[in-house]
Amino acid sequence: MKILVTVKEVAEAEDEFEIDGLDIDDRYLEYDLNEWDDYAIEEAVQIGEDGDDVEVVSVTIGPERAEETVRMGLAKGVDRAIRVWDDTIAGTDDLDVAAKAEILASVVEAEDPDVVFSGVQANDDTFGATGVALAERVGFEWAAVVNHLDQGSLSEGTASVRRELEGGVEELTDVELPAVLTIQTGINEPRYASLRGIRQAQSKPLDVQGLEDLGLDADVVESPVERTAVFEPETESDVVTFDGDANEEAAQLAEMLRDKGVVEG
Amino acid sequence: MSDVLAVAEHRRGDLRDVSLELITAGRDLADAQGGDLHLAVIGGDAEGFAGELNREGVDAIHAVDDGNEFNHDVYVQAVEQLFDEIGAGTLLLPNSVNGLDYAPAVAERLDVPLVTDAIDLAHEDGLSVTREMYASKVATTVDVDAAEVVVTVRPAEWPKAEGEGSADVRSFDPEIDESTVRSTVKGFEEVGGGDVDISEADVLISVGRGIEEEENIELVEALADALDATLSSSRPIVDAGWLPKNRQVGQSGKVVTPEVYIAIGISGAVQHVAGMKGSETIVAINTDSNAPIMDIADYAIVDDLFDVVPELIEEFGGEPP
Ligand SMILES: Cc1cc2nc3c(=O)[nH]c(=O)nc-3n(C[C@H](O)[C@H](O)[C@H](O)COP(=O)(O)OP(=O)(O)OC[C@H]3O[C@@H](n4cnc5c(N)ncnc54)[C@H](O)[C@@H]3O)c2cc1C
Ligand SMILES: Nc1ncnc2c1ncn2[C@@H]1O[C@H](COP(=O)(O)O)[C@@H](O)[C@H]1O
Repeated sequence: MKILVTVKEVAEAEDEFEIDGLDIDDRYLEYDLNEWDDYAIEEAVQIGEDGDDVEVVSVTIGPERAEETVRMGLAKGVDRAIRVWDDTIAGTDDLDVAAKAEILASVVEAEDPDVVFSGVQANDDTFGATGVALAERVGFEWAAVVNHLDQGSLSEGTASVRRELEGGVEELTDVELPAVLTIQTGINEPRYASLRGIRQAQSKPLDVQGLEDLGLDADVVESPVERTAVFEPETESDVVTFDGDANEEAAQLAEMLRDKGVVEG
Repeated sequence: MSDVLAVAEHRRGDLRDVSLELITAGRDLADAQGGDLHLAVIGGDAEGFAGELNREGVDAIHAVDDGNEFNHDVYVQAVEQLFDEIGAGTLLLPNSVNGLDYAPAVAERLDVPLVTDAIDLAHEDGLSVTREMYASKVATTVDVDAAEVVVTVRPAEWPKAEGEGSADVRSFDPEIDESTVRSTVKGFEEVGGGDVDISEADVLISVGRGIEEEENIELVEALADALDATLSSSRPIVDAGWLPKNRQVGQSGKVVTPEVYIAIGISGAVQHVAGMKGSETIVAINTDSNAPIMDIADYAIVDDLFDVVPELIEEFGGEPP
């Protein structure tokens, strides 16, 4: 069995930041493995550990900097990684969902996995859409927001999953393989990479491919969706901030709570 | 001139609120584009739902009688065919969990661009969508240069449509290729029950990822004890297994409306806020004055929780662990 995991290195804004043109100024961004993809990796690696002959491959569309998080996946047990990047992609401001789906689809076609795990959302631009778009493009079945997978069902050609709906309701669904599952946090407990894993990751294959290598034209990155403004949302908030040192702040909050009569003491 | 098609959402016999919000968003957009607002309702008691959806501003409702509950393979085909039949320009879908499960596939099928999680829509020369990035720290505007587009709309951003409508209700009978229906919904289960019902509490001490380690949970437990309050949390705390599922506030946890909600080390992600914004008084304790929770807080302490919480425990005669 082959499992493909899509992973993204996401940017997170520091507490204080400045906007530069159509993005947060790069000086105020920190990069990390997308939280949801960490759970997707763990799910795949667990299946790999429990089964014979399971290969776990990760794919990321991202610049060289992203290799740090790609290696983190390898250190956690991913067998092999693919990173897609070239000058054409680098020259595009935003890859929209369709462009990502098209690029990832060509990887799926080349790798022919039984199941693809992606994250529910990438925590920087939060499209929440790439996995399902990819499934439709390659003709796979899918399930979004999966918080439980019966791993044993995979060998029978099905993914028996739970989809986490709103308000504490879960939907029990069977989807035929091949399928894309978008993985929700909490489905498992992601491991930390061991020192041994980190050492081994250095010698695991990490292939870099461009659009041409994947048989794609440069125009796949073109999009009718264009970001035209970035701003800090206006707040209608009239929050009262308690000032002072921790002791003074606590005293003011306590007074407020006592005034409201919701607490005693 | 271009028509808008919005697709309602229902579950286990009930129409979900977002359906009525889609009518409000869709009507405004249809007006701006000089077109009609069509609604679709698929499966369940489609005719009955159509009655409920017949609010002011809706021009036509298409009821599709197919299946009971949401099945994405059916929805994708029905919506694709209806969109083509109407010749609509904009397809508005909810950015709900089920929306995440079919909107991207419909956009792919129609081969039109997709913009998700809209919080505002405008139409001048073309469609302009406001959405958020970087965990709601910034908002962005994206312009769509296409005659057709799929947009998903964030729940609880638009008011629910009211007033009785006079839409024409028709039934629509899509051709569903059964061989492509390769997923089966087997049932539903309610989770997060148990001894504590956080939605009953008057005062909630709610803890988030800012608490850093499992062993620090006792710090907020001590505060809850001192205040005679109930402990709740954001999702990462439950994901990590530090508190049970029945303590989770938010979209996939519980909706709470206490008199006082004290968010400690919680950023205020949209899915968290969905569960607590109805609280009477919201207090945020957070080192980040830009955290989105500050936008809805009434009172804030911008400081390190590890300094503030012990002081607060002492204020109420408790003893910090
Ligand atoms: C489909 C879906 C459903 C979801 N459902 C839910 C849900 O039901 N409930 C929910 O909560 N989330 C839900 N989420 C997750 C949500 O998107 C966020 O990831 C989550 O709410 C973040 O939790 P947090 O605020 O505790 O953590 P973070 O966003 O990491 O925030 C931690 C905060 O702590 C502050 N902090 C750090 N250190 C300190 C310190 N020493 N003192 C004071 N402050 C500090 C930081 O400034 C930051 O603001 C859902 C997501 C998806 C995609
Ligand atoms: N650049 C990328 N490279 C690889 N996978 C990605 C990329 N962007 C998004 N994904 C995958 O798609 C999921 C959803 O992302 P999004 O639709 O952008 O919110 C992520 O959790 C990843 O698994």
